[in-house]
Amino acid sequence: MRVDRRLVAWLLPLGVALLLALLAASHSAAREAAPASADPALEARVQRVASELRCLVCQNETIAASNAELAVDLRNQVREMLRAGQSEREVFDYMTDRYGDFVLYRPPLNNATLALWFGPFVLLVLGLLSLWWMLRRRNRLPPDRFEADENP
Amino acid sequence: MIPELGHFALWLAVGVTLALGTVPLIGAQRGRADWMALARPATHVLLALILFAFFCLLASFVRNDFSVLNVASNSNSELPTMYRIAASWGSHEGSLMLWLLMQAGWAWAVAAFSRNLPLPMLARILSVMGLLTLSFLLFVLFTSNPFDRVFPVPLDGRDLNPQLQDPGMIFHPPMLYMGYVGLSVAFAFAVAALIGGNLDTQWARWSRPWTTVAWAFLTFGIALGSWWAYYELGWGGWWFWDAVENASFMPWLVATALIHSLAVAEKRGSFKNWTVLLAILGYSLALLGTFLVRSGVITSVHSFASDPARGAFILMMMGVTVAAALTLYAWRAPRIGLGARFGMLSRETMLLANNVLLIVAMAAVMLGTLYPLILDAFGLGKISVGPPYFNAVYVPIMAVLMFFMGVGPLSRWKNDSLPALAVRLRWAAGVAVVSAALTAWGSGGIGFGGFVGLLMAYWILYTVVAEIWDRVQPSAATALGGSTVWQRLGQLPRASVGMWVAHAGTAMFVFGVTMVSVYDIEKDVAMGMGESTTVRGYTFTYQGSRPVNGPNYEAIRGHLIVTRDGQQVSELYPEKRVYRVQRMPMTEAAIDTRWHGDLYVQMGEPLAQDKWLVRIWVKPFVTWIWIGCMFMGLGGIWAITDRRYRQRVTRSSTAPTGAAGAAV
Amino acid sequence: MKRLRFLWPLALFLGVVVLLFAGLGLNPREVPSPLIGKPAPAFALPKLHAPEQTIRRDDLLGKVWMLNVWASWCAPCQEEHPLVLDIAKRNLVAVYGLNYKDQGDAARRWLARLGDPYVATLVDADGRIGIDYGVYGVPETFIIDRQGQIRFKHTGPLTPDVLRTRIEPLLKELQGAG
Repeated sequence: MRVDRRLVAWLLPLGVALLLALLAASHSAAREAAPASADPALEARVQRVASELRCLVCQNETIAASNAELAVDLRNQVREMLRAGQSEREVFDYMTDRYGDFVLYRPPLNNATLALWFGPFVLLVLGLLSLWWMLRRRNRLPPDRFEADENP
Repeated sequence: MIPELGHFALWLAVGVTLALGTVPLIGAQRGRADWMALARPATHVLLALILFAFFCLLASFVRNDFSVLNVASNSNSELPTMYRIAASWGSHEGSLMLWLLMQAGWAWAVAAFSRNLPLPMLARILSVMGLLTLSFLLFVLFTSNPFDRVFPVPLDGRDLNPQLQDPGMIFHPPMLYMGYVGLSVAFAFAVAALIGGNLDTQWARWSRPWTTVAWAFLTFGIALGSWWAYYELGWGGWWFWDAVENASFMPWLVATALIHSLAVAEKRGSFKNWTVLLAILGYSLALLGTFLVRSGVITSVHSFASDPARGAFILMMMGVTVAAALTLYAWRAPRIGLGARFGMLSRETMLLANNVLLIVAMAAVMLGTLYPLILDAFGLGKISVGPPYFNAVYVPIMAVLMFFMGVGPLSRWKNDSLPALAVRLRWAAGVAVVSAALTAWGSGGIGFGGFVGLLMAYWILYTVVAEIWDRVQPSAATALGGSTVWQRLGQLPRASVGMWVAHAGTAMFVFGVTMVSVYDIEKDVAMGMGESTTVRGYTFTYQGSRPVNGPNYEAIRGHLIVTRDGQQVSELYPEKRVYRVQRMPMTEAAIDTRWHGDLYVQMGEPLAQDKWLVRIWVKPFVTWIWIGCMFMGLGGIWAITDRRYRQRVTRSSTAPTGAAGAAV
Repeated sequence: MKRLRFLWPLALFLGVVVLLFAGLGLNPREVPSPLIGKPAPAFALPKLHAPEQTIRRDDLLGKVWMLNVWASWCAPCQEEHPLVLDIAKRNLVAVYGLNYKDQGDAARRWLARLGDPYVATLVDADGRIGIDYGVYGVPETFIIDRQGQIRFKHTGPLTPDVLRTRIEPLLKELQGAG
């Protein structure tokens, strides 16, 4: 009886995981036929870089997603630079030299943005520490400071 | 005539809210039962008036009354009727009418479904809600009147923005506003309790159902917005961390923290200060969101026409409302009791850790959203903060939260021990790790981030299973009678079942997000007649395109056949539309949703003769994102139908308590 | 006093309100150019009315000049054009046009119809030079000094206000010196 339950406790979830894995595998890259575009690796890099650049004529879109003319031009610019062997860093520098930091969706890390990048982590640590400290202090209070427990 | 009647109704409503906002409140302070009794009927009258005004606006749209400026700006005689109705809340002014309707509706609901609240408490709550409605009424009447006429009357309207001509427009704003405005109920409960000076476990128990329903609607509203953006905007994504999306997400994070904090407050009477603060914060963020969207202070793809004058009004409104509540808090908080004790390791602590993580996440989102404004205000330049930042910062915080999400439900109330807890967790931990590894390997390789995502999804799922298993055991400790497992399952309290459904929904959400983030693939291909391309085993063959006429647009409709292993799997008809009035080009993506992923096709640009640039995506498990959210919300709603929320209050005294009363 | 610590939420909130209030006076869509104070990017472009001739950036060193980016398909360009004509008529500064992503014939017709204030119009058919200058919306106007450095950029149509308060004082300063 005990062994049976253990077996179920492991086989059932692993069965679920296997099912999901098989479903996911039906989308796997292994089944990919020859791609139609000239250089899918380059295209993937262009997409990645373009998805971090703001389309300046749009309200709030990346140049990867936007169909605006400037977006298409800049996408082509990115493609050319990457194809010529320039690094992603150089592409971003090219854009910021002309349009400023505003064009980057990933804000740069500099003195002005230290609070931005480290703030959440600092808040997390402070938050958890404060909770810890508050709970400890609370538990050291004499029992008369507390109220009757309505749900013991 | 009809618009004028609607306008008049709004002014009458101002009178009603003035009365509602003052008389019952003073009555509660002074112990005047007759003054307090005014509150309920006042909410009925208020709802009637605002409903009438809303219908006046609706009627103007349906009748194509272009002498009304709002109708002329947002509608058109060729616009299908259901979109004419949706257009009534598609503009800034119209959406505020919807907000007002929700505000009046929720106030009526509180009046109708709170038979077991003591009268002073109810009076205060309804008064506060009346005052909140008053502020929005004044905003509408002084800066954003939907009933303004335009002369000379245009022959036809400027049409609704084509991106809004979609069923999503019919459901997303109402759901979202139900959530935002629902948070005002939690706010009113908190402020009323602060005014009255009694914050006890009963207060927590009364607040909980209202807060949970508001949270559920907010969940549905945000999920709908995300799904709508996915299928309508055609960029293939489902969340951009756009300022307006963040504006809805921040209150959601706080509301989630609040419903969990209320659990601690209800159980132990502890951390009531914190809970009250969260209730105030939730609605404040809803107001902040409204401000951000309408003031032009932040660039967003979603903002209404920006108007600094209106922005100033909302800012003032928000300032007064929240400052008043927080001042009240500062005054009352020192005297609010500590509640009962609980150990350093306990479910209470886990829930509070959940709170810390959710609030830090909210702070991170707020920091990212407002940082460009902060730097600009200090003259430190202009930057953009987009998805790369938010994903980098938010995801790790969520990963930690998810860990606690698994531990929390399996920890004992009041006092737990680490070894005992570890034993309860070890099955779920083991199975989760192996499942994640198995899925990762089976899917064809996944990075570290993807593995962690899967791990978290399985962890949440299997801790839920573990808890159900635990609770269903026949033992004297559990109060469940019934001799079979099924009978005992049926007897599990709805509050618990709701929680499990909601948490399982979260697991589904995380699974969907992880899989689509890792395995999403896009391919842009130039396709001529009969040409095909293969993406992840699916072969897409282009069968040409033809022009198509819609009610208020013209389109080119493409035709693609999708096969897999030689078998036809799907036929897709993506469109490129031009709406006649606004001359705005719109892409309607064709999406085939299968339960393990979506095939998503969009017409890009025309190239040579009948050659089009076609954009093709295969998105595994993407729909699980929104189905997961749906289960989250449904779980919440199921939970509040629990028996304990339907019990009548047993407190002996219903005599009004004055402000001089002690804290508990 | 113990009570004071309960005031921190209020204090924090008021801080946010002040920030948002300040924000109402700012324009989040206004993008400052990083090219101000930097050398104008080099170019060698054909003239619109004489395509066989080329003008280089270095040809313009030694004088203060204004670059006005326009196109025949751009409606706001038509709005600001009278002002540019006025600048040319009053001989405030040498104005060079940059015809951005346009068709030669359409551009020539546009100038014939509306008037030609430009010393010369340069043709940037593919928008490359525009990108180098950080152009993202037409019209845009630059002022370049004698050393070839960009000193001013304005996006959107010129207005009499901008001309009077920003451009004219700057021109006085640049043309007076050296």
